[in-house]
Amino acid sequence: MDVILFLIFAIIAVVCGINVVVQTHPISSALSLIGVMGSLAVLYLLLGAEFIAMAQIIVYAGAIMVLFIFVIMLLNAGAESKKGRSFVAQLLGMPLLVAFLALVSYFIQRLFPATPLVQFGAFKSGTAQNIGRALFTQYLLPFEVTSILILIAILGAIVLARKELE
Amino acid sequence: MNFFILSIIKAAVVASVLLTTLAYLQWVERKVIAHIQVRLGPSRVGPHGLLQPLADVIKLITKEDLIPPYVNKFIYLLAPFLAVTMALISISVIPFGGEIQVLGQRTWLQLTDLNIGLLFILAISSMGVYGVALAGWASNNKYALLGGLRSSAQMISYELPLSLAIVSPLLLSNTLSLRQIVDTQSGSILHWNILRFPAPQIVSFLVFMIAAFAETNRVPFDLPEAENELVAGFHTEYSSMKFAAFFMAEYANMVTVSCITATLFLGGWQPLFPAAWGSNFVPAAVFAAGGLVAIYHGLNPARRRDRLTLPIVGVIFLAIAALFLIPLLQQALIPLFWFAAKVGVILFVFIWIRGTLPRFRYDQLMGFAWKVLFPIALINLLVTGLLVALS
Repeated sequence: MDVILFLIFAIIAVVCGINVVVQTHPISSALSLIGVMGSLAVLYLLLGAEFIAMAQIIVYAGAIMVLFIFVIMLLNAGAESKKGRSFVAQLLGMPLLVAFLALVSYFIQRLFPATPLVQFGAFKSGTAQNIGRALFTQYLLPFEVTSILILIAILGAIVLARKELE
Repeated sequence: MNFFILSIIKAAVVASVLLTTLAYLQWVERKVIAHIQVRLGPSRVGPHGLLQPLADVIKLITKEDLIPPYVNKFIYLLAPFLAVTMALISISVIPFGGEIQVLGQRTWLQLTDLNIGLLFILAISSMGVYGVALAGWASNNKYALLGGLRSSAQMISYELPLSLAIVSPLLLSNTLSLRQIVDTQSGSILHWNILRFPAPQIVSFLVFMIAAFAETNRVPFDLPEAENELVAGFHTEYSSMKFAAFFMAEYANMVTVSCITATLFLGGWQPLFPAAWGSNFVPAAVFAAGGLVAIYHGLNPARRRDRLTLPIVGVIFLAIAALFLIPLLQQALIPLFWFAAKVGVILFVFIWIRGTLPRFRYDQLMGFAWKVLFPIALINLLVTGLLVALS
């Protein structure tokens, strides 16, 4: 059952991922990206990381992608035109991509030792309590540093927006 | 296998009750607003217009289903589907009552209990904005686009105070599972999160309610469909069942939000005071009183036909009151009564406010979310955290 669900959602994720690149219209690409996020969340859920799964949907699919779509709608971005691409890129793009992927997978196979297979449902410590405890004890410093980093980003955005106004 | 069959039965019951509620909620809303404005409201189809929802459904189904030219067809069709799905899913984690025993089977009056139930609801509600935003964009209509833009900006802004207001009661209940949140509020009204020691959540309750009004696009925050500026907002170009889907999604969101409010702040299906003080007899007493009033007015009729109809209504009410006294049914009916009563009160407040308040201006709406609601929710969270840590 777990394997069937994994296959279904893995395939959806990959198809949506390809669709992000293939679609010419930004809204369709953004929608496909939401599909990727959603199926990734289901994969996390299958692996027992329930908190991460929900955070994935709330943060990525629910907040970041809504902003993306909002901006696309606001700018009224149209479909991108396929003209004006160089002949060399059209000719060599696909073969080079395949060669690159082959190289990457070869090195991953060579460099990393074989790990035991992932068991669905074997991981039990993905609950909100476990993650909260880890964040506020073991990883307190990285957590706080990240939050300050985000605060700085917010301040930077406000400063830039104010400059625009003046 | 038993679990499977039981789940299907429960899902079917919840779905049919929810859809009936949605249909009649609209009738209740029209009636209440009519009485607020000194009108009669629907009164032609059936007694007191009680068959109006049925007539509306038939009307909406048989209307011409029009797809305007130059729309993005896929997204145009996807949007209402998305809106209504996201609106209906959340009901699956709401607890309606405790554990009951039917024909030797033990089951909970809840479709499913997730460890992360509340996060699940937040995730689903954050996905709900896509229905409205995409509908506005795909319609190829400037009013619809403006409605969709307004709606997504508004929903992103109000999600922040909403989430912060949810966190404070969680600090008191110490769990994300809705079933356990209700269990920690057992006892009396003083144990509900809204009045609970050491940090009564009245402020966060108010913030949550206000943000919920904005999230569900209800008056006074219904800018996305402000008819004097935007025709009908994001659903301008939708007709027939696709329009009905948006309509249904709005009411389903209202019901879901009311259920969450009742669960988080008002003790879910827990009674007002402990069963030891006789709270099990309250439902029967309420219905019996209603029945007796109806029979009294039937015996002293104001109109001729009241002589027949009111005693019938009274007898039905007395029969319902008798149902609440049967021990076998009590375990299921009494929690349901308390839950329905709380949700009903909140839904009435929704309708009451629609009949009372005018609409905000758009800058007021955004300013209110960021400059008033957000800081209040943040301060409340800090105070709650401090009080919980100290006690």
